[in-house]
Amino acid sequence: MINEIISMNGYEAYVLSAFSFTLLSFSALYLITKTQFIKEQDKFVAKFGSLNSEKAKSAKSQRINKEILADATNN
Amino acid sequence: MFKFFEPNKIFQITSKAPKYVLLLFIIVLSIGLTEALFLSPEDYKQSDAVRIMYVHVPAAWISLGIFSSVTFLSIFGFIFKNKNFFLIAKSLAPSGFVFNIIALVTGAIWGKPTWGTWWAWDARITSMLILLLFYAMYLISWRIYETEEKVFKITTFITILGIINVPIIKYSVDWWNTLHQPASINILSKSTIHSSMLYPLLIMTAAFALFSLLIFLMKYNTELIKIKNKGLDRL
Repeated sequence: MINEIISMNGYEAYVLSAFSFTLLSFSALYLITKTQFIKEQDKFVAKFGSLNSEKAKSAKSQRINKEILADATNN
Repeated sequence: MFKFFEPNKIFQITSKAPKYVLLLFIIVLSIGLTEALFLSPEDYKQSDAVRIMYVHVPAAWISLGIFSSVTFLSIFGFIFKNKNFFLIAKSLAPSGFVFNIIALVTGAIWGKPTWGTWWAWDARITSMLILLLFYAMYLISWRIYETEEKVFKITTFITILGIINVPIIKYSVDWWNTLHQPASINILSKSTIHSSMLYPLLIMTAAFALFSLLIFLMKYNTELIKIKNKGLDRL
């Protein structure tokens, strides 16, 4: 019975290649997007670290900047 | 009304949502794959080759849905001069592009055992290929044009031209004699697909929709951080 399921009446090469291509595309897109996100987040943290205390205080007054920093430290 | 959707206000949600969406996606995809590969019945005519439908059809639906959303967001962004609409549209496009590729490739794989050919210049397939070209033009425009005003104008123009192709894709199987079969699922009339195949298809569609939501959220957060990076440069 297991052999029957796996062989898919002779169509296994077509079916499994279609599903594999889909899952590979998903993985590639996820990894590319995640890498871009981490890269941009790291850039933000580095830039923020290079600010003097006055500029850092001004930047921190924006809630979104604080959240980006918090998110970066959590990751 | 649009102030509610301001990036500064929604980042708190969009930054935390991806991990929950990823978890939900994995659960729904696992159920969908089990149904699609093992539990759903084979077709009386196409036998097990019909299982390709569970990745091909949701990919095609979502790529069309995303392109339509990108178009409306670009038009609204242009009319209301709202940059955030463009940002949302830009973040949606990559997953739409990948779903379009998946629909074409899995369609070609499905074509070989059912039609005896990988590719045919048939109305449905050709119009899907044209949609892929519009996606490519849209994404390339964001990369090559530097000024915001110019990129907003050009991307809106591309999507308006591209949206003309969407009803052509939908009705191509009715308007012309094509190799591609007519729609089996209709919202307004009775569907010709059995529930044992319809439910796995809907589950896989939900999984694909969750994946596009996940990519959208990650991409949108990246775009927001990019803007904030530029803001730090100006301090």
